[in-house]
Amino acid sequence: MAMIAMATGFVLILIGLFGALSNRNILRMIVAFAVANTGVNLVLVAVGYMDGRTAPILNEAVPVAEATTRIIDPVPQALVLTAIVIGVGVTALMLAYAYKLFKTKGTLDISQYTDLKW
Amino acid sequence: MAKRLLIILTLFLLALMFWDVVASYSEKQQLAPVAAHYVGQGPDELGAPNLVTAVVVAYRGLDTLGEVTVLFLAALAVGLLLGTGASERNTGPANPASEIVETAVEYLFPIALLFGVYIFINGHLSPGGGFQGGAVIASASLLLFLALPGVRLRHALLSAIESLSGFSYVLVGLLGLVLAGGFLDNRALPLGDYGALFSAGTIPIIYTLIGLKVGAELSVVVERFRGNA
Repeated sequence: MAMIAMATGFVLILIGLFGALSNRNILRMIVAFAVANTGVNLVLVAVGYMDGRTAPILNEAVPVAEATTRIIDPVPQALVLTAIVIGVGVTALMLAYAYKLFKTKGTLDISQYTDLKW
Repeated sequence: MAKRLLIILTLFLLALMFWDVVASYSEKQQLAPVAAHYVGQGPDELGAPNLVTAVVVAYRGLDTLGEVTVLFLAALAVGLLLGTGASERNTGPANPASEIVETAVEYLFPIALLFGVYIFINGHLSPGGGFQGGAVIASASLLLFLALPGVRLRHALLSAIESLSGFSYVLVGLLGLVLAGGFLDNRALPLGDYGALFSAGTIPIIYTLIGLKVGAELSVVVERFRGNA
């Protein structure tokens, strides 16, 4: 199960990177980065997964005494929570830059932006 | 063509790396020592049934403070880049939505807001927390913008909420330094009854502050993208 999730995550990373490298439209590149970001999150969650165990929230079903043998690792989940929030910030920033670029040149085609090309 | 070949070669090499990781991965049979400590001692030490929250807010509280700072910086940069937009306001009013949509949104908006508050207040008991609740609040604002094009947020109020909750977050952290074991230690307040709404020390307070801050921040970001903030 964890293996499938991890493989899916890696495939999503590759798809995202392929999209970011092969598209010329900046908006499409941003979407591709978001896909790659999701893949990274999936891989991280998969690392903490253990077969036959439940979510790291204690209630009547999972008493405190049995917790260490009954629940999965909470640390990767906390990491992914952080990663998702940072991803939102990065995506918002990229979109704002894309808007600004569109304002200045009137196009989102990255091959038109040659100022930093050498 | 050469460029495409280069891309495919790069991705192929990356895929080889990833394949190594996946092929040699074997599922852990028990928790890592740090996680075992968090799981075994967490409920007694911090009094939070949701262990992810215990890790995010208490054990790794400093990271979360940094995370909130990063989100704040991102919101600030979006505001800076998109500007107040007063000069580029959309010409003429947008088409109003139908009466059904407008009435439905007037009823749905407070409920969505309440749901966001519920998510972040119960962050230490059930799935959820400040960031998730804040995102729900921002989605309520988005619903408002989509249905009622003329609506404006009160930026002064939202900025006050955002800065005050960020400031109080640090203050609560300092309280932990004075009254308990260290910066952001949640035992500055009594732990209370395990599993009750007002328990787990300062965790619900911190998550409420984060929820308000994230909700206000993301609402403003969404409005900036609308263009006539």
